[in-house]
Amino acid sequence: MFCDECKQKPATVHFTQFFNGTKMETHLCDTCAAKKGALFMNGQFSIPNLLGSFLGHTFGILQQTAASPNNLTCSHCGVTFNDITHTGKLGCAECYREFDQALEPTLRRIHGNSQHVGKVPSRGGEKVLIKKKIERLKAQLQEAVTAERYEQAAEIRDSIKELEKQLE
Amino acid sequence: MSSDLLNSTYVRWMEPGPESDIVISSRVRLARNLQTVPFPHLLDDKTGQACWQQITQAWQKSSLKDQLELLSFNNLTALDRQILMEKHLISPNHAEANKFYQGLLVDKEGQLAIMINEEDHLRIQCLLPGLQMEECYKRAQMVDDELESNLSFAFDEQRGYLTACPTNVGTGMRASVMLHLPAIVTTGQLNAVVHYIGQLGLTVRGIYGEGSEGMGNFFQVSNQITLGQTEEDIIANLTAVTRQIIQQERTLRENLKNQMHIQLEDRVCRAYGILTNARMITSNEALGHLSEVRLGVNMGIIDGIQPYALNELVVAIRPAHLQKRAGREMDPLSRDIHRAEVIKEKLTSRKAKPGSSPAAGTSEEK
Ligand SMILES: [Zn+2]
Ligand SMILES: [Zn+2]
Repeated sequence: MFCDECKQKPATVHFTQFFNGTKMETHLCDTCAAKKGALFMNGQFSIPNLLGSFLGHTFGILQQTAASPNNLTCSHCGVTFNDITHTGKLGCAECYREFDQALEPTLRRIHGNSQHVGKVPSRGGEKVLIKKKIERLKAQLQEAVTAERYEQAAEIRDSIKELEKQLE
Repeated sequence: MSSDLLNSTYVRWMEPGPESDIVISSRVRLARNLQTVPFPHLLDDKTGQACWQQITQAWQKSSLKDQLELLSFNNLTALDRQILMEKHLISPNHAEANKFYQGLLVDKEGQLAIMINEEDHLRIQCLLPGLQMEECYKRAQMVDDELESNLSFAFDEQRGYLTACPTNVGTGMRASVMLHLPAIVTTGQLNAVVHYIGQLGLTVRGIYGEGSEGMGNFFQVSNQITLGQTEEDIIANLTAVTRQIIQQERTLRENLKNQMHIQLEDRVCRAYGILTNARMITSNEALGHLSEVRLGVNMGIIDGIQPYALNELVVAIRPAHLQKRAGREMDPLSRDIHRAEVIKEKLTSRKAKPGSSPAAGTSEEK
């Protein structure tokens, strides 16, 4: 087996990591392992370094997973997908939309997930907050129906309709 | 008030806090970006100026106005920026920033800080002593809410808060604790601990990030994942894992005390002896001995040294703090000499009884 990094020397250091159930294997030669900055003596690596190289060109993940989007350019900031794979940084918020498809696998690889579930800003996130509220109400509606509390169910249904109007 | 943070060693996190025999400090950092402005690495003077204005105006309109002071990095020397970095108020990357649109909003004790135009437009940080993740989180969120009322942050329903680097996208939150784990290291259990931490989506770094791994047996543990977990889950997870590590470190310390009492005392006392007698010392060597003395203080082998003084020394012996104190630039050799003086002064000036500990020779004389 050859080194994931230089693809020239035999891999002597093997490293397995789990993120949210996703298994990640890395095989490196001595030289590349040393360059990556072995965290502790026997083969424990600094994870951020490895992640950094996922985004850089060395691991080739971005090129591999997205069919040559390299000359795609963000219309807002002018950054190309090729730039992103080299710097590991996006150019602007719009880049996330422009390169959405190409980024998806990278996000999954880093986070084991690609859907945000945390805080939503009250400014600019109004719609998301309403949607979340609707989801919560729908669950309550289900409960009310199951428990045959029909009056309550009707009330909940009205609130949902009210909120859905705000979304339009 | 910034003169205090720049001219003295003191920062709030050096004070004692919950579990501070093992947890030095807790930190929550939130990455935020403005909706329509390119990320900091693409800013030029013109867009940078506009970005800086938006942010500083939002701050001035907020209730944080009197609490925080604004420092623009083109008004600070490289040494002053390094001082802020050594205190953990800005990142090593940000310490190299010197554009007029890059800077820091900070309170007078360094508990709350907002890095401006580091990797992201805003990095809101709350840094407190001991294990206080929830409190850090609460305070950082408050600042976020406060700024949000005057700024439109880049946010996407699916991807969350949008950040320059996709490793931060989602919550944009990095929560971390700084731990002192001498017993875990001594008993060879570090790898097991690191492995365990890695499987829980957490990561381990050294005291000053990459490249400082294991220095002084200090370790920074932080969440690796920012997308697909709620802030509350991240905080709860990190706190739970930290409590387990604390438990393990305490058990191992107890074992060392019971089974290797003399060896342990010997180690601690030798370290104290070197620190109070050395004529020159590198920061790596000093950190190693400070770690032993810290363990000795926390286990009652040495008394009369305030834990605060040891936290302060960890920062006071760094290159920028040494040079600031001396009031001049110094080559590594002069720094080593100066460092030995600072340590000796700090450790021997205490008005306390030496306890059962070594008198450390004749180090009291000047
Ligand atoms: Zn290689
Ligand atoms: Zn863009």
